[in-house]
Amino acid sequence: MSILGWVQIVLVLALVLLAAVPLGRFIARVLGGERTFLSPMLGPVERVTFRLAGIDPTRSMGWRGYTVALLMLSAVHFLLLYAVLRAQYYLPFNPQGFTGMSPRLAFNTAVSFVTNTNWQAYAGETTLSNGAQMFGLTVHNFLSAAAGIAAAAAVSRAFRRVRGDGLGNFWADLVRITLYVLLPLAIVVTILLIALGVPQTMLGSIDVTTLEGAKQTLAIGPVAFQEAIKLLGTNGGGFFNVNSAHPFENPGVLSDIIENWSLLVIPFAMPVMFGCIAGRRRDGAALLTTMMALLLVFTGCIYAAETAGNPLLHALGVSDVMGNMEGKEVRFGQALNALFAASTTATSTGAVIAMHDSLMPLGGLVTLLLMQLGEVVPGGVGSGLYSMLVFALLAVFVAGLMVGRTPEYLGKKVQAREIKLAMLAVLILPLLILGGTAISLCTASGLGSLANAGPHGLSEMLYAWTSATANNGSAFGGLSADTPLLDYGLGIAMLFGRFAFLVPVLAIAGSLAAKPTVPPSAGTFPTDGPLFVGLLAGVILILGGLQFLPALSLGPLAEHFAMLAGKTF
Amino acid sequence: MDVPVSPMSAQDSAGPAGTIALFDGPILLRATRDAFRKLDPRHLLRNPVIFVTEVVAILVTVLGGRDLVTAHAGAGFALSIAAWLWLTVLFATFAEAVAEGRGRARADTLRRARTDVMAKVLVRPDDRAFWKPTPANELKRDSIVLVETGDLIPSDGEVVEGVASVNESAITGESAPVIREAGGDRSAVTGGTQVVSDWLLVRITADPGGTFIDRMISLVEGAARRKTPNEIALDILLAGLTIIFLIAVATLVGLAHYSGSVLGIPVLAALLVTLIPTTIGGLLSAIGIAGMDRLIRFNVVATSGRAVEAAGDVDLLLLDKTGTITFGNRMAAGFHPVPGVDNRELADAAATASLGDETPEGRSVVSFARERHGAAPELPADAVLVPFSANTRVSGLDSGGRSWRKGAVDSVLALSAVPPPPEFTAAVDRIARAGGTPLGVVADGRLLGAIELKDIVKPGIRERFAALRRMGIRTVMITGDNKVTAAAIAAEAGVDDVLAQATPQDKLDYIRKAQADGRLVAMCGDGTNDAPALAQADVGVAMQTGTQAAREAGNMVDLDSDPTKLIEVVEIGKQLLITRGSLTTFSIANDVSKYFAILPAIFVATYPGLQALNVMRLHSPQSAILSAVIFNALIIVALVPLALRGVAFRPLGAAALLRRNLLIYGLGGLVAPFAGIKLIDLALTILGVA
Repeated sequence: MSILGWVQIVLVLALVLLAAVPLGRFIARVLGGERTFLSPMLGPVERVTFRLAGIDPTRSMGWRGYTVALLMLSAVHFLLLYAVLRAQYYLPFNPQGFTGMSPRLAFNTAVSFVTNTNWQAYAGETTLSNGAQMFGLTVHNFLSAAAGIAAAAAVSRAFRRVRGDGLGNFWADLVRITLYVLLPLAIVVTILLIALGVPQTMLGSIDVTTLEGAKQTLAIGPVAFQEAIKLLGTNGGGFFNVNSAHPFENPGVLSDIIENWSLLVIPFAMPVMFGCIAGRRRDGAALLTTMMALLLVFTGCIYAAETAGNPLLHALGVSDVMGNMEGKEVRFGQALNALFAASTTATSTGAVIAMHDSLMPLGGLVTLLLMQLGEVVPGGVGSGLYSMLVFALLAVFVAGLMVGRTPEYLGKKVQAREIKLAMLAVLILPLLILGGTAISLCTASGLGSLANAGPHGLSEMLYAWTSATANNGSAFGGLSADTPLLDYGLGIAMLFGRFAFLVPVLAIAGSLAAKPTVPPSAGTFPTDGPLFVGLLAGVILILGGLQFLPALSLGPLAEHFAMLAGKTF
Repeated sequence: MDVPVSPMSAQDSAGPAGTIALFDGPILLRATRDAFRKLDPRHLLRNPVIFVTEVVAILVTVLGGRDLVTAHAGAGFALSIAAWLWLTVLFATFAEAVAEGRGRARADTLRRARTDVMAKVLVRPDDRAFWKPTPANELKRDSIVLVETGDLIPSDGEVVEGVASVNESAITGESAPVIREAGGDRSAVTGGTQVVSDWLLVRITADPGGTFIDRMISLVEGAARRKTPNEIALDILLAGLTIIFLIAVATLVGLAHYSGSVLGIPVLAALLVTLIPTTIGGLLSAIGIAGMDRLIRFNVVATSGRAVEAAGDVDLLLLDKTGTITFGNRMAAGFHPVPGVDNRELADAAATASLGDETPEGRSVVSFARERHGAAPELPADAVLVPFSANTRVSGLDSGGRSWRKGAVDSVLALSAVPPPPEFTAAVDRIARAGGTPLGVVADGRLLGAIELKDIVKPGIRERFAALRRMGIRTVMITGDNKVTAAAIAAEAGVDDVLAQATPQDKLDYIRKAQADGRLVAMCGDGTNDAPALAQADVGVAMQTGTQAAREAGNMVDLDSDPTKLIEVVEIGKQLLITRGSLTTFSIANDVSKYFAILPAIFVATYPGLQALNVMRLHSPQSAILSAVIFNALIIVALVPLALRGVAFRPLGAAALLRRNLLIYGLGGLVAPFAGIKLIDLALTILGVA
């Protein structure tokens, strides 16, 4: 590790914070239907959209209405996307003449994009037409992100002091987030990326002459715009198979900083938005602090593990001054690589600039753990916040009694119904991740997908199920994912990981919204100070993380200690 | 006709307040027996964590037994794991049994008061001469019974006729008899108490088996105990955690299979049981029962655990000024006549108006008038007493066409034909500002002047209120005094708000408004007119000396009839919640160490490098697993005293309390088991067991 490396890491995170605070406040204003600096330009578009779609933004929905609307949108879009992927051969903007996807792969891919996962069991540039990428995938990059933010806003509204006001109007939220937040941000980031050399064209490929004089055909396309939204919306599905490591997606350090910033800025704006909507800015700040502190620690862990390098190579006399560089792009360096690996798994992005398969065992462990914690530091757009709130409720419930009152969070009593729903949501992660991994590793089909034996193979399989369930979408690499078991299994894991978590959380919001707010006093459990930040971090690690320790000890930990003993897999 | 009753004297009935040592020989003996009885899986089903532990224990025992028969090498290990799993379950049932046993010891004293009494049921409600002996347990609601000197009152009821002194020591532990009479606020009688003089006609108000004593017995025994809302929520959390760890351990079989290591059932059982929150699961119900028990030791009976929990949440205390904040026996300390009236005339009128007033204040007016001013009027033969009522707020008497009244100043002024002279208003203000109570005196509609009553604020009450404020609890003083008087006393006592000149409706409205703002309100009261407010409050403490209506409206009864105890009730509620939270946090924090004990032990054969995770340097895989299981069992027993006694309570703000308890039970819970498991491992190694 070097001072310069840490300066890079801190610089990116500082830029994120600097933008996240005003952005969070802005999103809160937008979702509250208030006037913003964009209103003169976008207000008419918003009103026309509302009129055409028959949306009455003042008609607030209960949690059931909100949930049904969200599920309906997801279902319709799943069907549409499935159809586009199957029929892309017959659709326009297919200069390469790609044929349709197999039903199995189309199912997996459609689920993947509707759930904001963007797990890719295919190589984008050799499978999908420009049309399918733009109208199929990019649209969903917007919608699934907007749906996540909308859900987070709905949950935030449950903590407002005024009772019986519903959770907001899903359709209005969806339109406003897309129009005022995602589109403008995506356009700005797209322009910056184009300026830095990222292609944005309708051409399918270009022919170039290499330095050796050979002819080479390079795939290009509307990369910049998809790049922007894939990161801003914590989607992660790259235009190219190697994702953001590809020089056309991410040409250099500057573009990398912009992209790393893009994937963190909205997730970190979420707790700020929460503080504004709930009228508890200090509590929002406490959530943000917890997220930031854990992200820094975990980034440091990856950075340390990767710069320490592989002792076996060192023993062979190979220079390891740069640490472990396998699977990494030299142009980014260790610090930015570590930050990107942590950011992409700490959010639900899943875009990569390095192969996580090639991380040191402990570095790989951190990326796994970040997803297994439920992606809360800071997590995906929206989903990170509402998952974090579930942990906050659990933290308050476990430790809140210690101040001599029945537990409450932001004045809302946490009772049997909330705990039941929270546990239901929390159960999804171990059930699908551990269950899926165990089943896959005990079947011939699952074993056939592995590229490596021993603990590294276990890590590959564990990573796939973790990534799918946590709606991350990044791949460890190595694993052949396009098999019936994994296409269907991971598809189901993505579906349940998203909706079997989201629905209980919205139900919690409905239940909390109906409760009176207990006014704060000196006897109220403090949820806005350093003590709560420490407690919340502890609960996330102990309740969220410990359950995966047995699996991790058979995977990356076993590999790490075996490596120290001179054994590789 | 004489009905034999077993006479009860104050000596042999210590009352529920009798002290019972934390661990008492016979209780422990009985608890040990009960602990085995409670192993019945149908009983344990109520407690998911311990139920799972028992199922696992049965499984390991069966497998260990099979191995023993087939002379398999692992039999000894499996059976020692099984033994400690059984001990884990037993320790949990034992904790509950001890807590119940302590309650049962109290219940036994109560039960003696419920001996088979023959009630004298009147044949005709209006004729005391004819009655029919009926066993107390067959008494119907609304029958009228006669209770004479020496009789035990057969059931709860309301005095409809007569005045008698009643020994209530069976319930309260207080041996001085109390007066019970028809009408007013002292009309409720409790079954099992004894009439020591005179007679009473009592209308029975309780169904058979539903009397106050019956309810108390079932409450202290924990038999009628229903889980409180917070306990239910906590149970769900614990069940959820159990399922999560079940998933983690079950899937480990598959992962281990892939990794080439075979995990035996005893090892998996050990991992599961040490990870699921057995500590809090085993102690949860004991904590609840012990909380009720602590209340009862304070001579307060809660009708449900829910009320005790609510007491911890209370953030607004409605306290009657009299008896709680001040000593309550306000004494006449001066007369302030209006111009044109002399002291003697005022003293005469004041004393006459007070002749029928048997309250300490009334008597103090009469004696003050006699001693200072030589005024000693006689009660006229044709006097018609006008008693004080909460609505008129004046009292006095009428005689020979004349009338004398004294009472709250504004009510008295309403009786006066002319507006008060400024001197009177000034005097009233002066008295009130000095913390006294002014009473107005009118004779025949003519205002004569004011009586100054002085009231003394209890020493130390100001500090109590300050401590409550630090805990986030606001205090409101309720008084019938006028606003100025009330404000002066409020300032002296340091309360946060005052409800002056409060009618029952005012109290009810105040509570409703506070609740609408999201506050939880506690109050105490004794009169029938308090009943609506007691019922509306989240915690309503009725005085044992109060009316039946008040006792039924509240969710707690204070056997000592001491309104100050509302503060202790809140503290006991908080202590219960803190104990529960601390042990939950401790239990969950314990998990970290157990991973470090068991994981390296079970995988070291496959991946020798994982020995690095054995940070405690435990002797061998077997000793490591056994040590973790033993620690897990022993910690339950070690924490039983804490669960029963409760975590020490300090009246601190929430932030300070949280910091303190997180440090002790959170951090302590992380660190303690590392030391404990290591010590057990050392002991096992030295003993050569593993």
